[in-house]
Amino acid sequence: MRPFLLFLSLFFSVALYAQEQTEIIKLKQLQDHLHAKSDRIKVINFWATWCAPCIKEIPLFEKLNSERSDVEVTLVSMDLDLDPNPEKVYRFIDRRKIKSKVLILDERNPNMWINQIEKNWSGALPATIIINSKTGQRKFVERELHEGELEALIAEIL
Amino acid sequence: MIRLVLIMMACLLLTAASPVKSGYDIGDEVADFRLKNVTGKMVGLSDYKDSKGAIVIFDCNTCPYSKAYNERIIALNKKYAPKGFPVIAIQPNDPAQSPGDSFEEMIKLAERKKYEFPYLMDETQQVVRAFGATNTPHVFVLKNNGGKFTVAYIGTIDDSARDASGARKKYVEDAVEALLASKEVPTVRTKAVGCSIKLKNS
Repeated sequence: MRPFLLFLSLFFSVALYAQEQTEIIKLKQLQDHLHAKSDRIKVINFWATWCAPCIKEIPLFEKLNSERSDVEVTLVSMDLDLDPNPEKVYRFIDRRKIKSKVLILDERNPNMWINQIEKNWSGALPATIIINSKTGQRKFVERELHEGELEALIAEIL
Repeated sequence: MIRLVLIMMACLLLTAASPVKSGYDIGDEVADFRLKNVTGKMVGLSDYKDSKGAIVIFDCNTCPYSKAYNERIIALNKKYAPKGFPVIAIQPNDPAQSPGDSFEEMIKLAERKKYEFPYLMDETQQVVRAFGATNTPHVFVLKNNGGKFTVAYIGTIDDSARDASGARKKYVEDAVEALLASKEVPTVRTKAVGCSIKLKNS
């Protein structure tokens, strides 16, 4: 019985960890995050657990998050568009030990909000926005990124 | 000097007037294409010269959005093929990057789901590049004007990917119904979250 309880408590603490660093948000909060002034370069990546190229490039964002104190990485999950249960996202964060901030967007009808985030975005995943809020410069990429590309894009608007 | 400035201004105007074109826009005429169907037969837009139009859908086997919309795509063809707007599905993904979208897998899906419409392989990806489709499923409703097909709607099927019953806006149905009634299409362009199309060298 004891080991089982220990296992149970461990299991739940892990799941709680994922929920603590994750926030389910509405469009308004995402827009606030995009527009907020910051001393750091904001890197916002749109992804989903079902998106293979997204999963492939996530280590690049994690690396950036751990190595660069002048950069603020946010991973915005689009999972709820297809599945209202966020459990898959929590499990992914646990399994991969994701350290970057994760926001889960809870909005229906993407046609109403995609243009409010980025006009050049078709809605296809993955997509990444890089913002220097001090100069107002912004980069947008709608494809999978490869080693070194993020650093190069950031350097262009530093 | 003045001439140089004028030439420079002309150059600027020219570049401003000719933006990089990425795919068809509303009203554009669609070039004929000919692709291999899962039956082994070649199918082209010109085969539909007697229909009122067509619902061209860039779709695939593997994308969760394609799976979520699969029954709705089959239903669109059932409803609108008899009225002159049949579905033509085109699979644009590079099977080297997405093995589940190989021609063999396409044949299996079409058989399992009893497709009554063509499911074409865009092997060279020339068709997806011409249309400018970005994700799956990505719909282009075409109107036939005496053999010339023009684009009347570009975008998503409806506003509820997760379940058909939750849809408040059925964009493709609304577009086709409008065309059948010779009315203006109410919404000509929509965006949706989806799987990016796997192009070669990208």
